[in-house]
Amino acid sequence: MTAQPVRLKAHGAVARRQAVSSVSRYVFLGATLVGVFVLAFLAYDTIGTGGDRLSWDFISNYPSRFADKAGLRPAILGSAWVLAATVVLAIPVAVGTAIWIEEFAPRNALLTFVKLNLANLAGVPSIIYGILGLAIFVRFYNLGPSILAGALTLALMIIPMTVIASQEAIRQVPSSLRDGALALGATRWQAVWHNVLPGAVPGIMTGVILAISRAAGETAAIIMIGGFTFLHFSPSLANPIASLLDAFTILPIQIYGWTIDPRQEFRENASAAIIVLMAGVMTLNIIAALIRERFRRY
Amino acid sequence: MTRAVFERQLNEVQEDMLVMASMVESAITHSMEALKNRDVALAQRIIDNDQKINQKRYDAEEKCIELISLQAPLASDLRTIISVLHITVDLERMADHAEGNAKIAIMLADEPPMKPYVDIPRMAEMAIKMMDGALESYRTRDTQRARQIIAADDAVDSLHEQVYRELLLLMIEDPRVIQRATYLMWVAHNLERIADRVTNICERVVYLVEGRIHDLNVSKY
Amino acid sequence: MRQLDLAESKRPVSPLSEPLEPLLTNDVAIPESGGTAAIRNPSEEAVFRLADVGVWYGNKHAISEISMSIPLKRVTALIGPSGCGKSTLLRCLNRMNDLIPGAQVEGSVEYHGADIYGRDVDPVEVRRRIGMVFQKPNPFPKSIHENVVFGAKVNGIRGDMGEICETALRQAALWDEVKNDLRKSGLALSGGQQQRLCIARALAVQPEVILMDEPCSALDPIATLKIEDLIRELVQNYTIIIVTHNMQQAARVSDYTAFMLAEEHGVNAHLIEYGPTTEIFTNPRDKRTEDYITGRFG
Repeated sequence: MTAQPVRLKAHGAVARRQAVSSVSRYVFLGATLVGVFVLAFLAYDTIGTGGDRLSWDFISNYPSRFADKAGLRPAILGSAWVLAATVVLAIPVAVGTAIWIEEFAPRNALLTFVKLNLANLAGVPSIIYGILGLAIFVRFYNLGPSILAGALTLALMIIPMTVIASQEAIRQVPSSLRDGALALGATRWQAVWHNVLPGAVPGIMTGVILAISRAAGETAAIIMIGGFTFLHFSPSLANPIASLLDAFTILPIQIYGWTIDPRQEFRENASAAIIVLMAGVMTLNIIAALIRERFRRY
Repeated sequence: MTRAVFERQLNEVQEDMLVMASMVESAITHSMEALKNRDVALAQRIIDNDQKINQKRYDAEEKCIELISLQAPLASDLRTIISVLHITVDLERMADHAEGNAKIAIMLADEPPMKPYVDIPRMAEMAIKMMDGALESYRTRDTQRARQIIAADDAVDSLHEQVYRELLLLMIEDPRVIQRATYLMWVAHNLERIADRVTNICERVVYLVEGRIHDLNVSKY
Repeated sequence: MRQLDLAESKRPVSPLSEPLEPLLTNDVAIPESGGTAAIRNPSEEAVFRLADVGVWYGNKHAISEISMSIPLKRVTALIGPSGCGKSTLLRCLNRMNDLIPGAQVEGSVEYHGADIYGRDVDPVEVRRRIGMVFQKPNPFPKSIHENVVFGAKVNGIRGDMGEICETALRQAALWDEVKNDLRKSGLALSGGQQQRLCIARALAVQPEVILMDEPCSALDPIATLKIEDLIRELVQNYTIIIVTHNMQQAARVSDYTAFMLAEEHGVNAHLIEYGPTTEIFTNPRDKRTEDYITGRFG
């Protein structure tokens, strides 16, 4: 009996399938590269346009009619204050809500109602939140166009998406960890605090990162609240809490203001401000990522 | 049904045991024939055949050990295999007794008969009937029948007693027959032992069905 | 019982056999349900008394009419085909079924005379006294030391944590293997060691009863045998109830065995037979038990 030599090199149908697989690899690579190139181009363009304008003066000056004297001081401080207040207001509420939904809430119609509404709220356009914020915080509660009003509005906006992300994070903690703790006689809260939350932190941090990035770049809602483009004062570092009631502006609005100015110098300012904004958001992301990594050790 | 292979092996080992039993039965029957007809050749064949019966016992034992180690039998399967192990030992001992009778048949062949054999063949008949009954009750797992057979052992025992007294009288009357008479006593003894072994088999049947081993054969003798 | 010609008849309890030693308890009348002849409660002191216990998952009646008493400081095994409700029954004993949404427990489970489903009973108290080890080892993503003392800490047990840790690890036959580095993560141990860690963790809260839900099914044979040896050691001081689908293990390890069977998978499971292990495995009274133990299905 002659033995047929075994042919292991891909041929026929197998070769065709392999060809499809190889091609798909390059297709996905291409898709990735599209995104990378666009970003790279934008970065190059922005840095090219505005890189020269970056300086300490630029960051610490007030806006002015003169492009070379104009600065970001109120915008940066405004953004910082608003973001800080938003985070302080939104994150505990969002994470607490997620814990309630996943760990403590009885499984009834009310819960389904709440979950459904959260999903819907996450998709509502931000300008609606702006109108809501205007009506309730600015007018009804008489906070005026203040940082606090802005923070409350942004908080409302980012809570739904943060809750959903936190829910997912809590859900992916294996129930065996929870059951193991409960079987040892831990109360529900103890099980959540010691076992579930540490495991959920990476996912929650991811959600927080996304939420902060969204809030940092949010323009429309703040405009509705009444953020100004041209301010000669900024939140006082000496009196941070009192400043919450001051009028304010934020980086995206400042960028917008400079972008619509026909003068080329202001376009350069806008690009420089964009760089500052991106740098700020990236720093926040890095901090959140570091927190995530620390808990992902497990 | 699951465990088809195990079922088959279990049935095989029991069939083998029944085959061995039929070999033993014919050894007992033929040993009586050889004695009555002074058939030395037959007796010799019985003696030679005993080897095969012994071998069957060892084969059965090996198979049982294999089944225990490989199949982890439980409950009635376990009791079945244990029963086969014990019953084959009883059967092998019964065959040895039959072989003993065959040897005596050879020794008595040259001697003139003392008297017509009546009771001894009757003992053999009863023992064989008991054996048939025991094997049947094993096949049908009939504990009532098994218990009846155990009770029937008393009759064999009383016949043995009778034969013993008769032979004793004959020996007292005529000392020349002592050698032959003692051989015959030994034959009767072998037959009584065979019947007793059959009661062991019946006790095993009860164990197999009910799960406990009792001593059911409380002899009055 | 199978005759050689394969007649399948239900074997009657022989009227001629001698009466067995009295194994029935003197007090509470054994309920009629389930077949009294096949359910022989031990005459020893009982830790649990179950009366007509059942569990509903939504509108599916998973187990029903379970009545039995479980003896002190013995190993009781629950066996049966998959879907026969053994884990469900086990979880009734430490109220872990409470954690399954839609689960309803009926009947009474008395622990030393007190119904653990009574109105004033706190499940956390129950679970401190009745520990559980799960099928898949679930060490927390913490160090070995923290794993072991977790239960002690959440329950507020005072004392030298190092001592508590060492005692528990010694009892679980794990001390020698890990004593040199208790800070190592619990997840870095082998499967068998992880399971012994989970046992140590359960022992550290000083329970009276340990429930084990198929503790060895995820382990290799050597690890399995080590745990079986451990069980035989522990039973001198603890009552152990073990669910297993490995009959050889139940035969090796337990003093009493209970056999359960469901009508269809996960529906209407009952207790078919219960008695000393030697009897169940050498001479079961119910044909269904016999069929299951000897592996005859279909």
